[in-house]
Amino acid sequence: MQFGVFTVGDVTRDPTTGHTVSEEERIRIMVTVARKAEEVGLDVFATGEHHNVPFVPSSPTTLLGYIAGRTERLLLSTATTLITTNDPVKIAEDYAMLQHLADGRVDLMMGRGNMGPVYPWFGQDLRNAIPLAIENYDLLRRLWREDVVDWEGQFRTPLTGFTATPRPLDGVPPFVWHGSIRSPEIAEMAAYYGDGFFHNNIFWPSSHVQRMVELYRRRFEHYDHGPANQAIVGLGGHVFMRKNSQDAIREFRPYFDHAPVYGGAMSLEDYMAQTPMTIGSPQQVIDRTLGFREFVGDYQRQLFLADHAGLPLTTVLEQMDILGSEVVPVLRREFEALRPADVPEGPPLHPRVAAVRAAASASPATPAALAETPA
Amino acid sequence: MSAPATRSLVVVTAGLSEPSSSRLLGDRLAAAVERHLREAGLEPRLEVIELRAHAVDLANQMLTGFPTPSLQAALDAVLGADGVIAVTPIFSGSYNGLFKLFFDAIDRDGFRAKPVLIAATGGTPRHSLAIEHAVRPLFAYLRAAVVPTGVYAATEDWGRGAVATDGSLVERIERAATELAVAMAPQPSAAPHDAFADPVPFEDLLRRSSTEA
Repeated sequence: MQFGVFTVGDVTRDPTTGHTVSEEERIRIMVTVARKAEEVGLDVFATGEHHNVPFVPSSPTTLLGYIAGRTERLLLSTATTLITTNDPVKIAEDYAMLQHLADGRVDLMMGRGNMGPVYPWFGQDLRNAIPLAIENYDLLRRLWREDVVDWEGQFRTPLTGFTATPRPLDGVPPFVWHGSIRSPEIAEMAAYYGDGFFHNNIFWPSSHVQRMVELYRRRFEHYDHGPANQAIVGLGGHVFMRKNSQDAIREFRPYFDHAPVYGGAMSLEDYMAQTPMTIGSPQQVIDRTLGFREFVGDYQRQLFLADHAGLPLTTVLEQMDILGSEVVPVLRREFEALRPADVPEGPPLHPRVAAVRAAASASPATPAALAETPA
Repeated sequence: MSAPATRSLVVVTAGLSEPSSSRLLGDRLAAAVERHLREAGLEPRLEVIELRAHAVDLANQMLTGFPTPSLQAALDAVLGADGVIAVTPIFSGSYNGLFKLFFDAIDRDGFRAKPVLIAATGGTPRHSLAIEHAVRPLFAYLRAAVVPTGVYAATEDWGRGAVATDGSLVERIERAATELAVAMAPQPSAAPHDAFADPVPFEDLLRRSSTEA
């Protein structure tokens, strides 16, 4: 199983100090968080894509390309790539380029965004969100798999004799996840293609997450990609930890109360009771996260929200230290012990990455940290 | 003899005090509808939802995007009802905010063609057309099947006689209740389509996206 962090790249005032970082600082923080992820033994860093303030990551492959150059084995991903308003031709080329620069350490997650005006700003119509996701993704797949594409659809200029360049690294396109909080059509799409399905698992009750994942698994089997329990599932999660759970709650409460994404409505306690959010001790986070498999089955990737809501960088890095030292090693061991042999331990890796890992685990000189973190 | 067929009737009231005149009106309407259903050989199942009890959950739902379990149960009861009596006090010439919050949270597709009786209360008869100009369009948006008679009760109506003279509150309750009971009498519509249990196959989605747009 893979573990990692994902970021939305929000510029949010720290409610405890009144300080707001600059865009430059915020972008540097994202890079620092990614490098820290590798340092503490996490597997994945994923960035959001936004085209509206107060978010900075409008250009994910620029960010991930830089991070690729500053890391060795971290997998680089997105959460999410806007399949609706981006030109699928540009997605095909940008991420193939990134694959080459990152030696294959790339996968990505398709999503539809959460901000209505982004559609007209990019020349699209919000009412076409689902048809755009379907048509664009179908084209994207062809661009990665067919050297010369003739294509005509509803939403972009037709293509005749077009070759997306560069071609995917070694001819193997990046693995794709589809992220959706509430649209059954997206779970259906992920199942149809045999791609991964990711639920952010933060904003909605787990009963709803369960319904989405159950639909995806059932349809994955229906489309002959394998038994439902072998479908590739990823979950998000939001945690904040201190040794004593009351300290964690006391420290995090002002950030929760002021975070735009949480609405400033419900109390932290009510929110924790109704969603998978866990603010408490590392052991509480371990117990709650292990509990996720009880409603989605054995799954392949767990991402945690790390830097957001104006949390200072030092605090974010402390949280990642706790994740890397106390939480993830236990989760790896426990999830692995529970996983049936026929369930994939992780999503498919690019053959280059798989080869590097196989060589590393075969070598007696492998550093312990590497040996403990299989895909 | 087999048991009579049942019809579920849900009263949604946005009255703010306890007791409220909106609840009082809802109870009168419900009793009349129940009587008419029984006369038609149908067994009513009544549930009353006081939105007052869900006020904080409704505000939270607007901000967090998901309902609490108790609010979800109330929404499910309304979506599953064979008929709905919706009662609001008139504030500033319209339904009150609590009433609007609840119907903003309702799944529009699940509400389509639902038989609904609209009713309102106010301090003075001068606001009686608010039910036609404000409440009825809200349910037109939801594509509900609203019965022709809306019942508005001003404070002074409660002091009028109990005989159903033309235009009296008692007569209007009777007329509206008859209309709702008639609308509820046919076989209840099938349960709304569940997109999770029965998803649209992807081939159809692909075909649709290449023909619609």
